[in-house]
Amino acid sequence: MKATAGGSAVPHKARIDIWEFLIRLAIILVSLICLLPFIHVVSKSLSSDSFVIANKVFLWPQGFTIEAYKKIFADASILRSLYITVIVTVLFTILGMILTICAAYPLSRAQFKGRRVITFIFLFTMYFSGGIIPDYMNINNLGLMDTIWSLVLPLSFSAFNLLIMKTSLTHGIPVSLEESARIDGAGHFRILFSIVLPLSKPIMATLALFYAVGRWNAYQDALFYIKHEISLRPLQLKLYYLVIQASESFQLEATQVQLSNPEVLKASVVVFATLPILCVYPFVQKYFVQGVMLGAVKE
Amino acid sequence: MKIASASKTNQSPLLRRKQGFAYYLQRDWQLYLLVMLPLAFVIVFKYLPMTGLVIAFKDYKIARGFWGSEWVGMEVFQELFAKADFIKAVRNTLLLNVLDLCFSFTMPIVLALLLNEVKSIRFKRINQTILYLPHFLSWVIIGAIAYQLLSEGGGVVNNLIELMGGTRIPFLQEDNNWLISYLAIGVWQSMGWGTIIYLAAMSGINPEMYEAATVDGAGRWRKVWNITLPSIRATIVTLLIMALGKVMDGSFERIYALQNKATTEFTTTIPVLVYRWGIESGNFSRATAIGLFQSVIGIILVISADRVAKKLGEDGIL
Repeated sequence: MKATAGGSAVPHKARIDIWEFLIRLAIILVSLICLLPFIHVVSKSLSSDSFVIANKVFLWPQGFTIEAYKKIFADASILRSLYITVIVTVLFTILGMILTICAAYPLSRAQFKGRRVITFIFLFTMYFSGGIIPDYMNINNLGLMDTIWSLVLPLSFSAFNLLIMKTSLTHGIPVSLEESARIDGAGHFRILFSIVLPLSKPIMATLALFYAVGRWNAYQDALFYIKHEISLRPLQLKLYYLVIQASESFQLEATQVQLSNPEVLKASVVVFATLPILCVYPFVQKYFVQGVMLGAVKE
Repeated sequence: MKIASASKTNQSPLLRRKQGFAYYLQRDWQLYLLVMLPLAFVIVFKYLPMTGLVIAFKDYKIARGFWGSEWVGMEVFQELFAKADFIKAVRNTLLLNVLDLCFSFTMPIVLALLLNEVKSIRFKRINQTILYLPHFLSWVIIGAIAYQLLSEGGGVVNNLIELMGGTRIPFLQEDNNWLISYLAIGVWQSMGWGTIIYLAAMSGINPEMYEAATVDGAGRWRKVWNITLPSIRATIVTLLIMALGKVMDGSFERIYALQNKATTEFTTTIPVLVYRWGIESGNFSRATAIGLFQSVIGIILVISADRVAKKLGEDGIL
């Protein structure tokens, strides 16, 4: 954690002066702005309708009840969306990692001829693309509309993640290690599986999580590609129809969930869809940060 | 033994002879085999759609298909530039993204400078964990939270304003307020995460520079101004160039999750228009043309920003 160790620290002068105090105060304020909205929504989701309608709920549940959550777990269509999201996220992450490794390993080897051309072919897609409509027509022509593959395949290659992985492999694996393996007669596959991958665990964890979080949170492609198969709607799209559209028209999509006050239901659906990420987050945070920095410092 | 000798050739450029490509293909066939899979993916899902851009120059009829549709040259573009909606979308896209650039780009720098000044590592870590949090939420969830917090009827922010004797403000239900809320929510979502890259750059600064400055009598602000900021200048420029390329783009998901029927003035942007014209109304030619327009402007902006940066003595990204 080099970043948190900081640069300007002067060790023998660690007393807290007035500026240190003001800076900490500012940071705490900003942190609270990031945190309090969640706490409010969680409190709302655990409160009873009457207190929410009376605008009595701020940062602590009033009239504690888990009624709304019971209704969510009783709704087959929400659970179905959760299931779709989990399946799609797992497939997407595995495929994304395979593609990234298959591209990054050869491109990080100096002896690989044609490296520049192939790198350009990959990175060009970061700056230029067909755009929404040609992508849409492509998915349509490939017959992927209204299938989960439309959510798994198209985005599974990420030039950005490739760049991070490639940088990490180029600088992170000692050349001498690879050379001694070659002298012992190991081929590229053997080197990749026995040396490079085991040594790249942190960066692989980071990218896997990038892929997973990105897939978990996306809803644009589902909005475009999942038109008729309502049973294939991932959680975020479901949420979009349930919560965002409902806040315009105040009409809920046809589900079994019915509450006298939709605010409590909406709050609990939001918490329900956020919880998986929030559970993983504290454990993986350090990997995320390390991974981003690996890509950043050496660029 | 073949591999060992190959690596030897590779190591000593003096001994290296010019070899045909077939030689390398044979020597490193495993590497070429590996790269085939992602290459196939990129071709199918990135380059194949690019051929679809030609329908921006055609009168695309689904019944006649991609090849059967008639060429119309620049007609679609001429029609496009005459549309009031298009002009509005370009204006809004520029407006939203330039304002976003002003706030969402600068806040992480300020925040990173503040975090870098804090000496307690524990304090820093706890706050960083909290600050990164909004980055991990989808725009749907952020939109939902925004409505829960900011709605005029039952939003907690308005409840507080009323409690303190103020009048309720329609944060998301009136055009100008919506614009401000949109920007503020963008800052909220991205500022913490944006600090990572700057903090990484700051961690690379040689501590001796600060020590030397302290000996010379420099105060806290002097050190920030003369050491920290210049040290992260390259990072700032790189990120700025990349951000400039997106000035004609913008997140569809963000606008779509925050928009509502009461605020249409600023929500008509290029991505939204592409969706509306293309996927909702099936006017593929026009929607493709607007997408192409946006990509081309984006690439021109990146290249020119890169040139300017290089003229000014920075590294640039290309």
